[in-house]
Amino acid sequence: MIRLKVNGQEKTFEGDPDMPLLWYLRDVAGLTGTKFGCGMSLCGACTVHQNGEAIRSCTTAMKDVGGAEITTIEGIAPMHPVQKAWMEIKVPQCGYCQTGQIMQAIAMLNNNKNPTDQDIDVVMSGNLCRCGTYPRIRAAIHQAAKEGA
Amino acid sequence: MSVIENVSRRRFVQGALAGGVLILGARYAPRLLHAEDEPTAPAALDPGLWMAIAADGTVTIVAHRSEMGCGSRTALPLVVADELDADWSKVKIDQAIGDPKYGDQDTDGSHSVRSSFDLMRQVGGSGRAMLISAAAAQWKVSPSDCTTELHFVVHRASNRKLGYGELAAAAAKLPVPKTDELKLKSRSQWRYIGKESNALFDLPDMVTGKAVFGMDATMPGMVFASIEHPPVLGQKIKSYDDKAALQIPGVKQTLTLDTVKPPHMFQPLGGVAVIADNTWAAFKGRKSLKIDWDSSSHSSYNSAAYRKSLEATSQKPGKVVRNIGDVDAAFKKGGKIIEAEYYAPHLAHASMEPPVAVAEFRDGKVIAWAPTQNPQAVQDTVATALGIKKEDVTCHVTLLGGGFGRKSKPDQVAEAAILSKQLGKPVKVVWTREDDIRFDFYHSVAAMYMKAALGADGKPTAWLQRSVFPPINSTFEATATYGDDEMGLGWNNLPFDIPNHRAENGPADYHVRIGWLRSVANIYHAFAIQSFADELAKSAHKDSVEFLLGLIGPERIIKLDAKGDDAEEAKLYPFDTARLRRVVEIAAEKSGWGKRTLGKGRGLGIAAHRSFLTYVATVVEVEVDNKGQVHIPGVWTAVDAGTVVSPDNVRNQFEGAAVFGTSLALFSEITATNGAIDQSNFDSYPITRMNRAPRQITVTIVDSDAPPAGVGEPGVPPFAPALYNAVFAATGKRVRELPLSKTKLV
Repeated sequence: MIRLKVNGQEKTFEGDPDMPLLWYLRDVAGLTGTKFGCGMSLCGACTVHQNGEAIRSCTTAMKDVGGAEITTIEGIAPMHPVQKAWMEIKVPQCGYCQTGQIMQAIAMLNNNKNPTDQDIDVVMSGNLCRCGTYPRIRAAIHQAAKEGA
Repeated sequence: MSVIENVSRRRFVQGALAGGVLILGARYAPRLLHAEDEPTAPAALDPGLWMAIAADGTVTIVAHRSEMGCGSRTALPLVVADELDADWSKVKIDQAIGDPKYGDQDTDGSHSVRSSFDLMRQVGGSGRAMLISAAAAQWKVSPSDCTTELHFVVHRASNRKLGYGELAAAAAKLPVPKTDELKLKSRSQWRYIGKESNALFDLPDMVTGKAVFGMDATMPGMVFASIEHPPVLGQKIKSYDDKAALQIPGVKQTLTLDTVKPPHMFQPLGGVAVIADNTWAAFKGRKSLKIDWDSSSHSSYNSAAYRKSLEATSQKPGKVVRNIGDVDAAFKKGGKIIEAEYYAPHLAHASMEPPVAVAEFRDGKVIAWAPTQNPQAVQDTVATALGIKKEDVTCHVTLLGGGFGRKSKPDQVAEAAILSKQLGKPVKVVWTREDDIRFDFYHSVAAMYMKAALGADGKPTAWLQRSVFPPINSTFEATATYGDDEMGLGWNNLPFDIPNHRAENGPADYHVRIGWLRSVANIYHAFAIQSFADELAKSAHKDSVEFLLGLIGPERIIKLDAKGDDAEEAKLYPFDTARLRRVVEIAAEKSGWGKRTLGKGRGLGIAAHRSFLTYVATVVEVEVDNKGQVHIPGVWTAVDAGTVVSPDNVRNQFEGAAVFGTSLALFSEITATNGAIDQSNFDSYPITRMNRAPRQITVTIVDSDAPPAGVGEPGVPPFAPALYNAVFAATGKRVRELPLSKTKLV
């Protein structure tokens, strides 16, 4: 049995220990804000926090998150300054990748309060957006940084 | 053509609208029917529901088009709310199911706002007039002495006002004003249309993870399915072994799906489905399947050889799709003859949300939830697949995690319905990214041959263009080899002032399913035409912008041989070269064209193209580093899309189009080997990441009172040729094939 904390709640899991955290969150825990995009850590749509750091939940097996504290988009108290900036800059088009983008951006700003464009590129280039909202994502991160995210 | 009706009098309430008091519907009459058969008795037809006002003032507006990121689910209700003079914070949006009563619901071709703008204004305007009449009757004053102020009817003379909710019950008893007697707002009175403050209705849900996409849809008791499709189109299962798959925890059983026969339409490809109690188990089970596939006539499809055959066809005379003057005679007269060949590969859509659907077959009927651009196509496709009536298929539309044309084709919904019928329970079909890229309805591969003669003054005297590609119609008619709608997508409407011009199209066989992808044939057609225009400019030793404006020529309406609906459209949307010239001039000016000193390895390129009735010009600046890698410091796009509902969203669309354009210009290509697609995920099918996206994108919207035109697609076509022209300016290398990553620049 695997024990973990998801958004502050104690959870236990007795299914396939190889199941990626993504599918546990979506199909078992019913937390669908975390998205499936590629299954290979290539797109970042599934980004969540493990003990505060951004991880790709699509390639993180349940057996590797025993004892971990997982935070999903549902565990972020709205409106977090990053979400607020996303609203103000009107970043999303289809919106599908944006929860992953936001989780990645929050983790980055936790480690780097005032990232440069290049810092943002390095961290955010793992998160794909097919609608192409990158210029707005960058602007929203700068704005959130200014607001002290 | 629609007739707006007061539905509340006929007690036609359902679903989310129950409890609504004033309910307005519109009887949709197809154009042909309308012409011959007017007016039919309204009661004989099932009215679509568009709007309801409840006693608490809540206004519910139906969105009949799908939201895939272009904003139509917000834009159309905004138009209703504007004419209703409603408070947007009191508006709820109800997503329509698929039903012909709403007219065309296929959210494609960048026409949601264009096709529904007038109707939505009339719906809102009718409601406003009825609310005014209800208040006037209560106050015993003339309706003409009353007006509205944000969710209230007011009578200024007596300083009285009543809220919409208070008036809804009385308004519901009134007749609907005749459309031609409706007083709609003047443009200056618009509260929402054209305003910067407009934001997507779903924005708060999108940033908090509450937004429900197809991937998030569930049905009680559903099981999960993942399907191993035939690697080559048309392959049948010879035999398969599922013993290992059935050992995977959570896997319940496997089922086979029949292999599709041409014409493929939107029917499922066939294959072996693994049924499990969660998505992961279904995926894992699939990896353990052993399937022996039959051969297919498409097993001979190899992209390198196919390219040669397309190029050979492009050298031969094709079907003439437009002819002006006599190009052959003009070429014989001589001048400077320039020829060039261009090539563009297949592309996959790669929406961030792969195809997915949940469906339940019960008692001969199907209920489906799907991220579909076209819920009526879901009805048709599922009905055909199961042999039931279209009316017995209910399709609910979720938000779409991108669409780009892929989600106009609902094969995965039919898969879910077929499996549900066999299993007797709801089934959720989830495609992997690999499925999405390997089993798409691909954007056509295309070869273009261009030839022009330049006169002594450097102006072309003749221009011949020939394009060859497997047509989209092959999906619907297996023997189709020539383009159809593709011709209107940037090929039979060259807006250049050249005395001798001929456009041709050559035949090509399909070997994969061909479909629409954001801006469709405009991608390869604009790539060839706008690259070639730049080649001629350089050959004539002219500035590219000056030369392009010379090609477009004087301000005039382009004569086009349009038929049927296209001819109707041309009346409202004539091809106006003044508008095309203006966007070229604006994009050039904003980019500092000719006024900036660019550093080493830098260059500017321009391209202009009208598609989906919108005029677009784009200037791209590139920097080619010493490793030959292309960076894009800036993009300047000028857009004339006529009347615009949400300008900030329109800018977002064109910013996105530059990023989408970067993907197809620099990175993306789909190829086949022995009939099977070589690419499978974002490693082998790269799309633009932030670090390679344009650093800065400046979108200028031309202020216009013209009718609304498209905004979702038209930003894409000019991007690649503008970038390639910039690469030439920076390096002196003329590259004539997409994507650029196949060519070494240093």
